[in-house]
Amino acid sequence: MKRRHFIKALAVSASIAAIGAASFYAHAADTIKVGILHSLSGTMAISETALKETALMTIAEINAKGGVMGRQLEPVVVDPASNWPLFAEKSRQLLTQDKVAVVFGCWTSVSRKSVLPVFKELNGLLFYPVQYEGEELEKNVFYTGAAPNQQAIPAVEYLMSKDGGSAKRFVLLGTDYVYPRTTNKILRAFLKSKGVAEADIMEDYTPFGHSDYQTIIAKIKKFAGEGKKTAVISTINGDSNVPFYKELGNAGLKATDVPVVAFSVGEEELRGVDTRPLVGHLAAWNYFMSLKNGENDKFIKMYKDWAKKQKLPNADKVVTNDPMEATYIGIHMWKQAVEKAKSTDVDKVIAAMAGQKIKAPSGFEVKMDEKNHHLHKPVFIGEVKADGQFNVVWKTKGPVKAAPWSPYIPGNDKKKDEPDGK
Amino acid sequence: MKPAAGFGRRFFLSHDTMKSALFALLLWLIAAPSLAVLDPATVKQLAAEESDDRIAAIRKLAQTADPEALRVLKALSEDALHVAGDRIVAVEGDRVLDAISGRELKPAPENRDGITINNRIRGELSAALAVLRLFDPDRQTRLQAAQELAGSADAEMAPLLARALEKERDPRIGRILSLAHAQANLKNPDAAVRLAAVKALGESGNPNVKNLLAALTDKNAEPDEKVRIEAAASVRAVESRLAFGDNAGRVFSGLSLGSILLLAALGLAITYGVMGVINMAHGELLMVGAYATFAMQTVFRNHFPGALDWYVAAAIPAAFFAAALVGIVMERTVIRFLYGRPLETLLATWGISLFLIQAARSLFGAQNVEVANPAWMSGGIEIANNIVLPLNRIAIVGFSLFVLALVWVLMNRTRLGMFVRAVTQNRPMAGCVGVPTGRMDTLAFGLGAGIAGLGGVALSQIANVGPDMGQGYIVDSFMVVVLGGVGQLAGAVWAALGLGVVTKFLEGWTGAVIAKIVVLVFIIIFIQKRPQGLFALKGRFAEN
Repeated sequence: MKRRHFIKALAVSASIAAIGAASFYAHAADTIKVGILHSLSGTMAISETALKETALMTIAEINAKGGVMGRQLEPVVVDPASNWPLFAEKSRQLLTQDKVAVVFGCWTSVSRKSVLPVFKELNGLLFYPVQYEGEELEKNVFYTGAAPNQQAIPAVEYLMSKDGGSAKRFVLLGTDYVYPRTTNKILRAFLKSKGVAEADIMEDYTPFGHSDYQTIIAKIKKFAGEGKKTAVISTINGDSNVPFYKELGNAGLKATDVPVVAFSVGEEELRGVDTRPLVGHLAAWNYFMSLKNGENDKFIKMYKDWAKKQKLPNADKVVTNDPMEATYIGIHMWKQAVEKAKSTDVDKVIAAMAGQKIKAPSGFEVKMDEKNHHLHKPVFIGEVKADGQFNVVWKTKGPVKAAPWSPYIPGNDKKKDEPDGK
Repeated sequence: MKPAAGFGRRFFLSHDTMKSALFALLLWLIAAPSLAVLDPATVKQLAAEESDDRIAAIRKLAQTADPEALRVLKALSEDALHVAGDRIVAVEGDRVLDAISGRELKPAPENRDGITINNRIRGELSAALAVLRLFDPDRQTRLQAAQELAGSADAEMAPLLARALEKERDPRIGRILSLAHAQANLKNPDAAVRLAAVKALGESGNPNVKNLLAALTDKNAEPDEKVRIEAAASVRAVESRLAFGDNAGRVFSGLSLGSILLLAALGLAITYGVMGVINMAHGELLMVGAYATFAMQTVFRNHFPGALDWYVAAAIPAAFFAAALVGIVMERTVIRFLYGRPLETLLATWGISLFLIQAARSLFGAQNVEVANPAWMSGGIEIANNIVLPLNRIAIVGFSLFVLALVWVLMNRTRLGMFVRAVTQNRPMAGCVGVPTGRMDTLAFGLGAGIAGLGGVALSQIANVGPDMGQGYIVDSFMVVVLGGVGQLAGAVWAALGLGVVTKFLEGWTGAVIAKIVVLVFIIIFIQKRPQGLFALKGRFAEN
């Protein structure tokens, strides 16, 4: 009797579970899963957390307007914790277990390089929202950040111009990994082509998470004290920027004497720093929060409302920045491409991405290149203001086409401007 | 006449003494000849499209040495100068003034566009403002202005500098000004003037001056041989002064790094060095201290915004007790059962460290939290032209001395310290004479943890505060304690300062990445050769 009872109970619960599972699968079929792969802890969390929030916000925005092809998007958030091998593990999990249609993620180039083999092997789709060093063109990746010719090269040209201070000597300062090393290789070649002597370039690297910048600042001071106008080009990434800028301010190195132009520092990174001593230092990006246009006002308002709704820390003081804009563009473009392809199939979406256009918060209509998986983007150079925002002092007339294979690296002229295997 | 009256009025408001009034009158008399209403065309040119035109306008205004020009340029440098239609207006709080006449505009014009300035213009402006401020009645303002000009004075400024120099009564400002004047005279066509200038500049310690002088040692640039010889001598004098500054700066940054290492390691010197507990969660105790500082800052921000600058003072006891409490709980619940079993202690404390990291993540979030330097710790003291000592680092060096003294007094001058030493030297004997050994272990561990918490306060002022910040210091802390000699507080002090200075000198040559490797290799070799560390305990307890 007892036994029969048990079997009966088992059968009932199994059938309930089956119904539950069936309804769950039915639910899952209705949504499209989207992976979000950003470090929410560790040294890169300072930059990447905001990108996760932007992605969630954009997905919520799309869902509120009826989703993609009538299906809601379902975000799957994972935390690779600034740990490069963990990026590969997490992306494999997203692609094989969660079976996401697309992944938005990564900040550092080393994390992108770490997930690349996974995306290639499993034919996944990655949208990478951060400016980077170029020298890469993968079928499975769309790059919505800047290539060197859309950020680094114009910034250095500006520094060499009269208004940028006619710099003659350059300090290339970075965190020790692939992005700063490659960017500095390109910049070195570029500077040489402009007639800057080897002795007028100083290159220095610090480890990830480095927090003692006394020696480096002293070195920069000494280097700058040798006569010619000096500028610093910083590719420092992550939370090291806070002690770097603190030390810079405390040591009294002013932008009028030695301007520092940064490629990985935006509004978000400067939130934890007293910016008053930093007025005039520069950053080069394809978007600034201070740009005045309707699209941007909408974007900023949307993010501020989102921060309040989600009760983010310091929600009243949240800022938007370039990689956030690139994330926003990437998700919307993917949506447009899916709707054009009428499928979330990776190969079909890749084909449909070519030539997609969108009105971006930068105020320009940006376009995904027909071939090379990069955006055509405008370039802005801004000076830090006392309130931590940027004052645009130079900009391109319109969007610039990306050149992922920099002409300043020998041998690149022979490389194709589109990914292999397409 | 109007502007002068306006200037005088504002002046009276701020300094209400007879003496300064007299000075103001004097100033007015000197400045009077150039005191007309500002040239409207020049002021309008400040908003020109081309930077070159705007710079020309700034220079023209500066040359007038007119307080009204100072007002306009100051507004421009503070982003308070706007274009409204064909008018240039200056915004002061909620008042809008016409920039040319200084009169208030009512109603305030709508549709104003700020005049944006870039670095090049900002540089010109600060030089121009400095020149104008040389005539300010306030000594401090004049001193700052003179310091700003040191090294950047050019030939155009010579007449103004001469005028300022003539009037200057303060010997310190006078010295700085005469150097600046000499620098401005370097391009004087008269060889005798140049010679005097070159001679005077031997007193300078400014890298810019060195470059200017070095240019004059060249035959093509300087026709007069006497000047060339004198310039070479002055270059040598300036260079030696600069080299001294460089080295002094390096020693200071080494001491500063050393004091941070010391603060991080001092707690460990007690728990590991004296008690012999391998505490892998030591870094997390630093983190607890840093988060306690953050919590104090939040409390002050919300409840005592007026006293925000002093949150650090309140954070010191808070961090000490928070970390000590965590330490005592650790000791009571886990470590006391593992005395004498170093491997198990190592594993257990490592587990505790993971637990604490995760706890911080859940409580405060995974992102770094912002701990701001109080205003009195921001900025630096310029002791020479090429060396600025940041105030936060000076404060930390002082703080580490204070903590060191505290630990020394506690260990050597109190009953608690005597008991702790007795227990660690000979536990059974101490127990026999009535020392409560179990409680002493708890208190000593709590003390070590509390000191680590104090280290956390210091770290929060210069490094990032996040859940895994402790991980970066655990290796350094063990390095200091092992190098110094286990069981020796004095050893930890020498090891920390030594490592700090050596690291900084190495970084100067090799860069941060290589320096770190070299230091680690050095320590490995050192421990191989001398396992007992720098200072070894001597006598019969040394074996334990």
